[in-house]
Amino acid sequence: MTLGESKRSGKVGDALFFNAARASALLTLLLLAAIIASLIYGSWPSIKQFGFGFLHSGDWNPPMDKFGALIPVYGTLATSAVALVIAVPVSFGIALFLTELSPPWLRRPLGTAIELLAAIPSIVYGIWGLLYFSPLFAQYGQPALAATLGKLPVVGALFSGAPLGIGILAAGIILTIMIIPFIAAVMRDVFSVTPAMLKESAYGVGSTTWEVVWNVVLPYTKVGVIGGIMLGLGRALGETMAVTFLIGNMNFFNGFSLFLPGNSIASALANEFAEAESELYTSSLIELGLILFVITFIVLSLSKILLLRLSKQEGTKT
Amino acid sequence: MKSLKSLALPLLMAAAVSQGAVAAEITGAGASFPAPIYAKWADAYQKATSNKINYQSIGSGGGIKQINAKTVDFGASDMPLKPEDLDKGGLLQFPTVIGGVVPVVNLAGVKPGQLKLTGPVLADIYLGKITKWNDKAIAELNPGVALPDHDIGVVRRADGSGTTFIFSNYLSKVSPEWKSKVGEGTAVQWPVGLGGKGNEGVSAFVQRLAGSIGYVEYAYAKQNKLTHAVMKNAAGNFVSPNDTTFKAAAAGADWTKSAFYEILTDEPGKDSWPITGATFILMHKAQDKPAQAAEVLKFFDWSYKNGAKMADDLDYVPLPDSLVKLIHASWGQMKDASGKPVFAGK
Repeated sequence: MTLGESKRSGKVGDALFFNAARASALLTLLLLAAIIASLIYGSWPSIKQFGFGFLHSGDWNPPMDKFGALIPVYGTLATSAVALVIAVPVSFGIALFLTELSPPWLRRPLGTAIELLAAIPSIVYGIWGLLYFSPLFAQYGQPALAATLGKLPVVGALFSGAPLGIGILAAGIILTIMIIPFIAAVMRDVFSVTPAMLKESAYGVGSTTWEVVWNVVLPYTKVGVIGGIMLGLGRALGETMAVTFLIGNMNFFNGFSLFLPGNSIASALANEFAEAESELYTSSLIELGLILFVITFIVLSLSKILLLRLSKQEGTKT
Repeated sequence: MKSLKSLALPLLMAAAVSQGAVAAEITGAGASFPAPIYAKWADAYQKATSNKINYQSIGSGGGIKQINAKTVDFGASDMPLKPEDLDKGGLLQFPTVIGGVVPVVNLAGVKPGQLKLTGPVLADIYLGKITKWNDKAIAELNPGVALPDHDIGVVRRADGSGTTFIFSNYLSKVSPEWKSKVGEGTAVQWPVGLGGKGNEGVSAFVQRLAGSIGYVEYAYAKQNKLTHAVMKNAAGNFVSPNDTTFKAAAAGADWTKSAFYEILTDEPGKDSWPITGATFILMHKAQDKPAQAAEVLKFFDWSYKNGAKMADDLDYVPLPDSLVKLIHASWGQMKDASGKPVFAGK
């Protein structure tokens, strides 16, 4: 009797739990659909007015009611690319050091320090970047870059111009500092779950640390590593405050140099939404938000495809 | 996304407040430029009358949207609405305080008030046509000032703001090329320069970059002791930015024109500071909540009478008496459903 009752209540509890969990999952989907719907609804006047021209027009002219997404889209992608190019190798080094090379007593404090970096609000990075990083970068960093990388053919064009300490490169570097903790923490966690037996076997046949990491740890953990990089990229694409302070907020394309000021989608939204009056202006800003949403979606899809292809290749290898 | 959150929170709070409102509790939203003085007035008004004013500084654009949606009792904007836009929304507007926009520079050896500029020269600098400090156009205005052979670093606001509206309106008035290429607005398509966020962002850039020029609100320039320039006004005199020259600009304006659509840039008068502007309150002419509207008008009536000293303390310029009289007269247009004027007192 008592046993049967408790069994029944267990069933009821199970059903409740199942439905509650399912409802939470569905709620996420519903929210996503609602966000997409409201973004499309909000940007409709601008979609109707500019059509696809919005995507490749470099105009952003509120008094004339002419808007195009090219400059903020370029700025968003360029700052995120700069951030990834620097952050991925550095994070890899951090994770590698923490899991394979660091003396055990240093692991915990160092790991905690990196996680703490992730907890700093982005406005603090922005103000720090503007008041402390940017002057030093203008005085020492940019001249040094212009004298070295700036002398190279092709790439050199990216590092030319006046060293202002403000611009796409400066914003990208602050983004780097902001996403390193995310990527490094994920990499460290997945590196540390590599079975010791695999690594020991490799060491046993005489591999160096580098060979073990490159040929054993990295292939075993690639899904996690790519996931960590995507997490970082997602943050870089949508970062608002820190970028606003350092990107220069210039809605005019003057060249491809990373020293030049630009604008990003999130930064344009943060700066202009509150004072945007005309319907077309507001709706163009909302369309920028929609584009950011689509970019993030494409990036995530590409990473999934990449993972699928990697796992397929795995099957064909001996 | 953060910006949306910070936008939504005051709105939610405003909604919560207006729902649970008692008679003498009114809500307004809009321009950030006058927010400090509205807060100060509201505080003093509450002490004097125990009536409460909630003002949310969400930006002029937000203020216009909120008053059109009738979610607040009054909206506030740094940019006056054109008479036709007022009519479209059935709105009434009136100015509250006056402020000035000041060009500030960072030039070694140049003291505050030493550098002289004219409107057309300032426009050419912001158009990217004058790029060096020792350009003939600047040198001719400044005999005896050592101007370096240095690039001019142009700094302006990145965020949409009333300050930018006043500044770009002035440049449009004095430079036909600016008017046709760039125009006026709370945000414009700047041909050159770096965008700083807020007055503090602009002044941070100007103080850091040698040879730069920017523009900030007068109160901000004064409190941070920035190196301001003196400007040539419409009468041809070089004037310094201060409350006397702002008042002169307000006095020179013709406020009797329709619906207070008056931007105080490039005003006549020998002492007028050329880059001056008022900030405005927006309310519906036909009131479905006449009691609330009367409370709003009582608050501003009180503030015009008792708030001048507070405005001075915060480096705003109170309105001249003649203008306050005109505003009182304009309030007669605001009526309840039966057509009775909302504001009875004087």
